[in-house]
Amino acid sequence: MSAPLMVFFVLAAMAILGAFSLIIQRHPIHSALSLIVVMIALAGLYLLMGAEFVAAVQIIVYGGAIMVLFVFVIMLLNAGVEERTNFSKLASFAGLPLTIALMGFLAAAVARSADRVQTYQTGTVAPTKALANLLFQDFVYPFELTSFLILIAILGAIVLAQREKI
Amino acid sequence: MVPTHYYLILSAILFGLGVVAFVFRRNIITIFMSIELMLNAVNLAFVAFSQAWNRLDGQVFVLFVIVVAAAEAAVGLGIIILIARNRQSLNVERVDLLKL
Repeated sequence: MSAPLMVFFVLAAMAILGAFSLIIQRHPIHSALSLIVVMIALAGLYLLMGAEFVAAVQIIVYGGAIMVLFVFVIMLLNAGVEERTNFSKLASFAGLPLTIALMGFLAAAVARSADRVQTYQTGTVAPTKALANLLFQDFVYPFELTSFLILIAILGAIVLAQREKI
Repeated sequence: MVPTHYYLILSAILFGLGVVAFVFRRNIITIFMSIELMLNAVNLAFVAFSQAWNRLDGQVFVLFVIVVAAAEAAVGLGIIILIARNRQSLNVERVDLLKL
């Protein structure tokens, strides 16, 4: 087994265990820390694929900004252990079979396409300069639109979370 | 070297676990985190395809997905604060105003 394959399996096991932990933990703060483990493992996988800029953005924006926001809200609301309720009859009957069906569809789709995508990851370092050229030339209008999106999100968050009317 | 479909299988597993968390958890913050997990799984598939075909478009899409996730997190957490203030609870089954 080659070294990149071994690194892949270690990081993949880390990500899957973190995702399982996200489901199993009953306290939201433990779920948030599990999600941070998943994100760090995914950043390692991006590095393994040679997408260095995406790996850095993953750690800074996802692991840094977004998860800090989550942890901040969890602590602000003093979220405790989640209570167990069983109000929904439909969910208790149909939830598990439908989830298994969805995972079956996903597995079938991947298994069918696996022989068609027989390329191998080369692991060359993706040039961040080429990414910047693509982002600021071909995708410059979507890029500018995202700034409007963020502006509207800021306004929405302020309007939603304010306590009294200005 | 790592075959591309290994990454796709990992991506599908993570997406499935995100769906399971979304369906089975009742805390609204955990449900929101499972959405982030699903977005991460999709990002992994994007980068894997981007490397497989040696094109960088997939990585640009990943950057856009991250921007949208950040905006979504800001607005969504604002809504969560509002729900917690009005309902005194983070349980989604107690938010049933539109339920028959």
